Amino acid sequence: MPSIPTPPITRRGVLVAGAASAAVTTVPAAAQGPAKAPKSTPVPVKLSVNGKEVELELDTRTTLLDTLREHLKLTGTKKGCDHGQCGACTVMVNGTRVNSCLSLAVMHQGDEVTTIEGLGSADDMHPMQEAFVKHDGYQCGYCTPGQICSAVAVLKEIEAGVPSHVTDDLTGPMPMTRAEMTERMSGNICRCGAYSNIFDAMAEVGGAKA
Amino acid sequence: MKFDAPAGKNLFDNARIVGKSTRRIDGPLKVTGAAPYAYERHDVVPNQAYGWIVGAGIAKGRITAMDTSDAEAAPGVIAVLAAPKMQPVGSSNFNYAPLFGGSEVTHYHQAIACVVAETFEEARAAAAMIRTRYDRAEGNFDLEANKDAAPMSGEPKTRGDFDSAFASAPVTLDETYHTPGESHSMMEPHSTIASWQGDQLTLWTSNQMIDWAKNALASILGIEAANIRVDSPYLGGGFGGKLFVRADAVVAALAAKEAGRPVKIMLQRPLVANNTTHRQATIQRIRLGAQQDGKITAIAHENWSYNVPSGGSGETATAQTPVLYAGDNRYVAEYCAELDLPEGNAMRAPGEAPGHLALEVAIDELAEKLGMDPIALREVNEPGKTVPGQPQKEFSERNLVRCIKEGAQRFGWSARNAKPGLVRDGRYLVGMGMAAGFRGSPTMKSGARVKLAANGHITVETDMTDIGTGSYTIIAQTAAETMGVPLDHVTVELGDSLYPVSAGSGGQWGAASSTAGVYAACVALRRKIGEALGFDGDAATFADGNIVAGDATHALTDAGAMSAEDTIEFGKFQQDYSIGTYAAHFCEVAVDAYTGETHVRRMLSVCDSGRILNPLSARSQVIGAMVMSVGMALSEELAVDPRFGLFVNHDLAGYEVPVHADIQEQEVVFLDTLDPAVSPLKAKGVGELGICGPGAAIANAIYNATGIRVREYPLTLDKYLDRLPALV
Repeated sequence: MPSIPTPPITRRGVLVAGAASAAVTTVPAAAQGPAKAPKSTPVPVKLSVNGKEVELELDTRTTLLDTLREHLKLTGTKKGCDHGQCGACTVMVNGTRVNSCLSLAVMHQGDEVTTIEGLGSADDMHPMQEAFVKHDGYQCGYCTPGQICSAVAVLKEIEAGVPSHVTDDLTGPMPMTRAEMTERMSGNICRCGAYSNIFDAMAEVGGAKA
Repeated sequence: MKFDAPAGKNLFDNARIVGKSTRRIDGPLKVTGAAPYAYERHDVVPNQAYGWIVGAGIAKGRITAMDTSDAEAAPGVIAVLAAPKMQPVGSSNFNYAPLFGGSEVTHYHQAIACVVAETFEEARAAAAMIRTRYDRAEGNFDLEANKDAAPMSGEPKTRGDFDSAFASAPVTLDETYHTPGESHSMMEPHSTIASWQGDQLTLWTSNQMIDWAKNALASILGIEAANIRVDSPYLGGGFGGKLFVRADAVVAALAAKEAGRPVKIMLQRPLVANNTTHRQATIQRIRLGAQQDGKITAIAHENWSYNVPSGGSGETATAQTPVLYAGDNRYVAEYCAELDLPEGNAMRAPGEAPGHLALEVAIDELAEKLGMDPIALREVNEPGKTVPGQPQKEFSERNLVRCIKEGAQRFGWSARNAKPGLVRDGRYLVGMGMAAGFRGSPTMKSGARVKLAANGHITVETDMTDIGTGSYTIIAQTAAETMGVPLDHVTVELGDSLYPVSAGSGGQWGAASSTAGVYAACVALRRKIGEALGFDGDAATFADGNIVAGDATHALTDAGAMSAEDTIEFGKFQQDYSIGTYAAHFCEVAVDAYTGETHVRRMLSVCDSGRILNPLSARSQVIGAMVMSVGMALSEELAVDPRFGLFVNHDLAGYEVPVHADIQEQEVVFLDTLDPAVSPLKAKGVGELGICGPGAAIANAIYNATGIRVREYPLTLDKYLDRLPALV
């Protein structure tokens, strides 16, 4: 077996060494690990989803994202990373956008959740959904529901004067600029690269200045 | 239909629907969350269980023990598949790294176990209880260290006498460029629902090439292809990463068999980079020799890349070099080292995408040595009507110089200061760069079935896929045009192996090939209608729901409901031509003089791709490719840990793709060209052309802004911060 190089003692070095020793452990397997896991006791969760009251019995580990997708079959909200890195799971909770993969359902007792399905349907689209179709603000469509939920929320954030990293004047009126929009949208990754079309769609709905 | 001679004048030359900017017909489904992707198809089969894949914690070696007892006893667990207890699955023509089974580990995060449980949470928790011991082996993970031992792939492409011409050239360049490994990082991870009914296997999955997938699965699982159905109507991106069957599909099929019920698996995002495929890193040496007037007399491009010991080619970065510039004396060679990294395989414009990052910077460097404008240098070296050194091989259609001139004029290239590092805008150093682009435009046999309903509605069925490229819409446009009905009278059904075999989505061949196949099926249907009503379907005019044949007019529905199927087959004559797509890419950057951060201010691509079937979605492909080019140039890098042999940044936090704030103004121009050699529609691909060159334009713009040439991608600020001009 090759020897594991001894790294200098740094935080990363410690992490690496830890991972390496775990990989070559010689401790008998039976001596490790947790005792047999007990069955998780489901807890009741009440939510309002797209204006409809729902009552569920959920494993406490269930994310809001999996509650929507796997239990309510509202699959418009997408799972892209399950780690809060991509934004595909963006929904609105009590009017504020969140990454639903980073939030457990039990944290949302009584909350009002709005998903892409709550914004509009193919026959009756929300203005932002229509603008995305018009400006081709997507390609594969997988990040699209999250982009649209974020886009709707971002325009409201700007209107409400919520500052962002690029806001120059924290006390003055908040301009509806490209910089404000793209900064706030940057948690929603689109690997197909529809960003400038998404900006065009948002600008049309929000009335942007250059 | 056999396409065995260049297309003459046909109905597409007077098109009313094809070639017009058209909103996607699947758009309303996508923006409302109603388009069904693989993992979320609750309705296709009841009683789906959840699978969770465990990835290997070593890059090379053997599993010496795997204890699954706690996992098996964990709540909700239905089955545990342990690779060491199973025979390795087979392989296929499309897979090189092993997919599942056995104790041998050949790459990091190789699938080594799968837990199937009633819920996602239970499967994930139980998977964490599997304890694995390994005997870790030494591996080769470092391209640079293994470069000199890498054997040449095939024969070098030589013309004339490179060595003598290079030695005697008055102006020469000899530089080496590095490009890193890259991850497709499509937004939808690889996902599959598998279900068995007796010996019949159905996979609802996310795959670009349905027929390849079906046949690969037959080979991998050792079952009859006829017993497999693959369905993939929507894909959350692919970029080549879903050209081939991966562990999600194979393990879901095995797990569903073991569990005795349908199983669905989505690869966890942190597994995607190491478990699946990636674009390999390259080391490229380019030598150019030129006369004082800029004429290139000697051109050599050598590329070192790698793949797994069990097969596959390297990232063939020289692909564009035999075609792009004139020059009598040439030497092009590829070398492929064997490394124990994960399998390398196609990613958007495999070869050309990183090839342009080197060649198009080398041309920029040569222009500076010659004191020439890079545009003038490219014009001087534009080949004639034939491929350099191949006088028998004509370019079917090539308008690169037109792209460059039109782009220069639109972009305001004349305002560029050729002397670098002199343009300031406040705290920013500002520069412009450009690059040429080439990508081949292959075609693939493609079939379709077209059904005419009694009410005149047309339904197209083909196993073609839409990976975001807009296939649904261009196929509907083609059928509407050929059958003479409005677009909303056409329904398109894609991605099901029950439908006729198509070209699939890959290699920039999808749009041209699949629309030609749909055209062939429509022509067959027109003939069938003609036979029923007594006219020549080829000579009749189908328009506005009517058919005009000679003096007679029929309604499209007069012959009643019927259907026809056909396949377009592309003849050998195409091999007499170099059928390619060309572009000129321009870019302006601002580099922060204090921090070294690069901001891409504006980008322009002028594309020569034959008929553009749907300018709206074609433009989206090009701007999307520009975005991916920004990533290639500035941030994307699969970072190899050479001790443990893995890509360490294997998620979307560590692997940095461009985001909204990185992207500003983007402009795309399509030339109004037609290529009769490619297909009856005279249309070529554009989605991969878009990533061939913009990254080099960015690199050249950064040089123009700063005067610092970095030849190691991505061009992160740590590579030049200490060389930026002094501030005081």
